[in-house]
Amino acid sequence: MNLFCVGLSHHTADVETLERFGGNAETDCVLRNSGCNEALVLSTCNRVEVYAAADNFVPTEQIARCLSRTQNLHGNETFYRFEGPDCVKHLFRVASGLDSMVVGETEILGQAKKAYEAARIVGAAGKYLHRLFQRAFRVAKQVRTHTEITRGAVSVGSVAVDLAQRIFGDLRTCKVLVLGAGETSERTVRSLVSRGVNDLRVSNRSPERAEALALCVKGRAIPFEKWPEQCAEIDILITSTSSDVPLVSQGKLAPMLRHRIDRPLFIIDIAVPRDVAPDVNALDGVYLYDIDALQSIAEQSLAMRREQIAAAEKIIAQHVAEFAESTACGLSRGVGVAEHPSVGERSLRASES
Amino acid sequence: MVAIVHTIGEMRGGIFRPMRFNFFAVGLGFIFQTAFLSVRGHALGRCPITNLFEVIVFVAWSIALFYMVIGPAYRLSLMGAFTAPLVVLLQLFALFAQIDRPHPVKLPANAWLEFHASMSLVAYGAFALACIAGVMYLVQERQLKTHELHSIFYHLPPLTDLFAAIMRLLWWGFALYTPGLISGFFVGEPLPWAQIICAIGVWILYGLILQGRYLRWFAPKRVAALCIVGFSAALTLLWGITFSTQTHTP
Repeated sequence: MNLFCVGLSHHTADVETLERFGGNAETDCVLRNSGCNEALVLSTCNRVEVYAAADNFVPTEQIARCLSRTQNLHGNETFYRFEGPDCVKHLFRVASGLDSMVVGETEILGQAKKAYEAARIVGAAGKYLHRLFQRAFRVAKQVRTHTEITRGAVSVGSVAVDLAQRIFGDLRTCKVLVLGAGETSERTVRSLVSRGVNDLRVSNRSPERAEALALCVKGRAIPFEKWPEQCAEIDILITSTSSDVPLVSQGKLAPMLRHRIDRPLFIIDIAVPRDVAPDVNALDGVYLYDIDALQSIAEQSLAMRREQIAAAEKIIAQHVAEFAESTACGLSRGVGVAEHPSVGERSLRASES
Repeated sequence: MVAIVHTIGEMRGGIFRPMRFNFFAVGLGFIFQTAFLSVRGHALGRCPITNLFEVIVFVAWSIALFYMVIGPAYRLSLMGAFTAPLVVLLQLFALFAQIDRPHPVKLPANAWLEFHASMSLVAYGAFALACIAGVMYLVQERQLKTHELHSIFYHLPPLTDLFAAIMRLLWWGFALYTPGLISGFFVGEPLPWAQIICAIGVWILYGLILQGRYLRWFAPKRVAALCIVGFSAALTLLWGITFSTQTHTP
């Protein structure tokens, strides 16, 4: 039995190509028309892959046609193909988030689990794919536990939320004031709401926009001239106004803080130019993060994750060897490892390096 | 020691997950400490705090005890990574400083004296842990202020949780130290004035920290720093007592 994987990913294809194939991909259709004994389609916004087991060699074009549901391919698709141990290794890397656009992201594991479940329900995943995917889930869990590949937030919004949790722990009791009802602040607020924040106040020069955002996030609008009064009560201040001069300065904030000496104040300034004067960070109990600081932390986290790749690869290599030994299907390298040598495995490896 | 080696190993490897392992490592150490103190107590026929060696072991034991109680309860398991070095340092000093000299005079058991000494030393355990939590708070606060987040940042508890733990430990320490201090007046032996003044001074210092916090004189960062100052003062007092006052040593 040959175990192989054919696919496209963000390494080898643009979004349009991924949409074209991913939009049509269905496991039972691939299984029915490709001649495989078992098949599973993993389709996400960054990849479309078919994992399959077959008695005979199944050409890559055959799989590609099944994915596109047409007989005619454009000819510029850069499908890669992995067989035997390479296929196993590739899946383990994918499930562990090593092959993802954002290294270490964990969403892919959930997507892989869903894909496996869908294939199992329609009877497309048999004992080979079952064994392979169960092992992949185990490997992903081990990689996550034994390395820091998932550590730290890697987007501005998630860094802000992560920092808020590092300061306050439970965000459910936090009071948040949003100054400026722009798109960026809305995204950050939504991230905070998803982590349990439920006391939200929105203030904007245009009261209609403040009302609209407040309605969206189940908060309440505050007249713009009254926002300073809120500083004695709130825990988190998000600013994103288009003001040319800083709205919050040390001189303005210090008297308000005297009434709240026991509670920290986390200020997220995502405005450009900045709404909060940098010297505000020097105040006791105030933690000011502007867009540069947030981006820098996101980059640090990403770099930290990349440092963990070697450790993760080691774990994966061990599991690939064990899997190859334990499996009865004989995971040998197939004859046609890359049917499209110019765009296949080599191009993938080149894009990863 | 095992907890320290494990923590250093993980930090060198860029992974820092000392939570459960450190808890069990400190727990195992605590069992050995308890066994030692029990054997020594049976041999002496009294609470084993008759010389500096035993006092240090007793303090290390009470630190481990508070960590076991406080750590998991307030999700401060990382405290083990900070507690273990302090306990190991105390134990190593006690072991190698050749201070395990039997008391020249076998004093009769004095219930008040033993109550006073043991309560005070257990209170020291709480103050020590408050000091450790204070260090953790300052480390976390510094990283948040400077925007330089290291691996340890992601394992330290949130600032507000740490501060809550500091306050609880201070209250525990103060609540234990107060009867310990009062019982010192009932031991039936004359005590040096310097010792009494220092002991009351430590009590006032911790009382001021708590009162200052209650009246919101001090910001959390100041309280964390004062915990370190307070424990240093308490440790100096303990040192002074065990060295200078032979008659007061049970």
